[in-house]
Amino acid sequence: MVSSKISHIKPTRDTPSFKHILIAPAVLIMLVMSVIPLVFVIVVSFQRLSMSDQITSFEGLVNYWRIFSDARLWEAILHTLTITFAALPVELLLGLLLAFHFVGDRPLKRLFVALLIIPSVISPMVAGSMWRLMFDDRYGPINQIIGWVAGEHISILWTINSAWVYPAIIVADVWQWTPFMFIILLAALANLDREQLDAAAIDGASSWRTFVEIILPAIRPVMMIAILIRGLDLIRMFDIVWQLTRGGPGSLTETISIYAYIRGFQEFDTSYIAAVVVLLMILFSAILVFTLKKMEIAR
Amino acid sequence: MRRLGGSWGRSVIWYATSIAIVAVFLFPVYWIFSVSLKTPREIFRFPPAWYPSRPQFNNFWILIRDGDVWSIWNSFVLAFSSTMIAMVFGIACAYSIVRFKTGGENLAIWIISQRLLPPIAVVFPIFLIYAKVGLTDTYPGLILLYTAFALPYVIWLMRGYIQEVPIALEESALVDGATLWQLLWHIVIPLTRNGIFATAVFAFIFSWNEFMFALVLTRTEVITYPVQVSQYFGAQSTFWAKISAMSVLGTLPIFFAVAAFQKYLVRGITFGAVKG
Repeated sequence: MVSSKISHIKPTRDTPSFKHILIAPAVLIMLVMSVIPLVFVIVVSFQRLSMSDQITSFEGLVNYWRIFSDARLWEAILHTLTITFAALPVELLLGLLLAFHFVGDRPLKRLFVALLIIPSVISPMVAGSMWRLMFDDRYGPINQIIGWVAGEHISILWTINSAWVYPAIIVADVWQWTPFMFIILLAALANLDREQLDAAAIDGASSWRTFVEIILPAIRPVMMIAILIRGLDLIRMFDIVWQLTRGGPGSLTETISIYAYIRGFQEFDTSYIAAVVVLLMILFSAILVFTLKKMEIAR
Repeated sequence: MRRLGGSWGRSVIWYATSIAIVAVFLFPVYWIFSVSLKTPREIFRFPPAWYPSRPQFNNFWILIRDGDVWSIWNSFVLAFSSTMIAMVFGIACAYSIVRFKTGGENLAIWIISQRLLPPIAVVFPIFLIYAKVGLTDTYPGLILLYTAFALPYVIWLMRGYIQEVPIALEESALVDGATLWQLLWHIVIPLTRNGIFATAVFAFIFSWNEFMFALVLTRTEVITYPVQVSQYFGAQSTFWAKISAMSVLGTLPIFFAVAAFQKYLVRGITFGAVKG
């Protein structure tokens, strides 16, 4: 887990220059690619650039005020949170169940695990394309399978019908990222203290009590990291939704990223989206610094 | 937990369940592979056929004929160059952070935050700048962005691997008169070789799979394979044959890479936070 060894080399005469030469190129590239664009986008957010306007003078907080009355943006935030809070618990629970199933040694287990992680390593964009094919109302197998079970012809328009788009998106996301949760939790379970578990078994503790009182606290740190990574991924979600619905029907499935992409790169509301991006950066940086410090990941 | 082994019946149930789980998770992958081998007529057969009646590679041939495979080459060039640059600078930076505590905790947190920001918030400002200086749709522009994207990842992974090198080796080499560069080159890099390979492979895959940066910053010249696939979803017609064939081409290399580096996977996908 988190390593906290105190291990560094005692400074000598040439260390100060050496250690700075080593970090210089990497830090320089990251600075250039973050600070200059950030300054630039802040400047643009105070101007008025759009499809119709080319005003580069200082316009104050106009763009920032617009955010409050932009219903489409708030809906996009709501959509993003809906997907996050629907998909994340399912992925966690399924991942945990799979991890319990596959913990312990059996012949072929490694093969099963290797096959099972495939969804999480393919491109999310390709995963979205796969599910677009799967969900096609005529030529995809999903409606066909449901038809067999239901015993009648089914033609659900998964990526168009407003009642079915969210289930479709969530199924695709759960399919791709449950294996991610699974493999991390499997690693956590495999590292459990066997003696403690055996002692609990001897004491006659029920499986549920063993789970709640021993297993859960032990895997909690790893679980939190998995939830953090997945949670951030879901809030930034773009690829899968883009391939499945392009944010449609209408703007019903626009996530924050899709909203900003369409408004910024298709409708060219440049200065306004610059303001949205500035706020997004501030919000995200604050959350990141707070969580990362709290989790003591960087020690 | 339960005692494993147990009765023969339990084993049968375990294997049956395992096979069922794997089948469900691999079915969409199987489906896209199977579509890529069908003839266009068979792809649009109703009800859908569950396997190609006469598997053929014509869909792949069409990608080559129409020049669409260039997008695979572009993906490779961008992912490979940026990974190489990020590895060289990233290993150096990680070594400095681990052994000399350069920048302290704050630098480490700033670095990883760069990677966890929403891609749209990263690429929108970059686009504004690139449009001004003419870097959109060029190799240098995209390689620069992908390098900046790969660096935090490489630094964090390598940080973990370097921490595992016993410091005593470096200290005794110092006593013997080795220079600081020699410590890095002759002790740390050889000892973290496996970690270096694994980090490079995963950094490569992340860039290879990346979609949004490429979608925003490429037009015609350096289109990557994910952008190429997304362009097939047209308003009137959807080129399923091309979508499936291109997806298969883009996915196959990842299968081999992950199969070879499975041992490092948990560490690789958690930025080194969980050591599998």
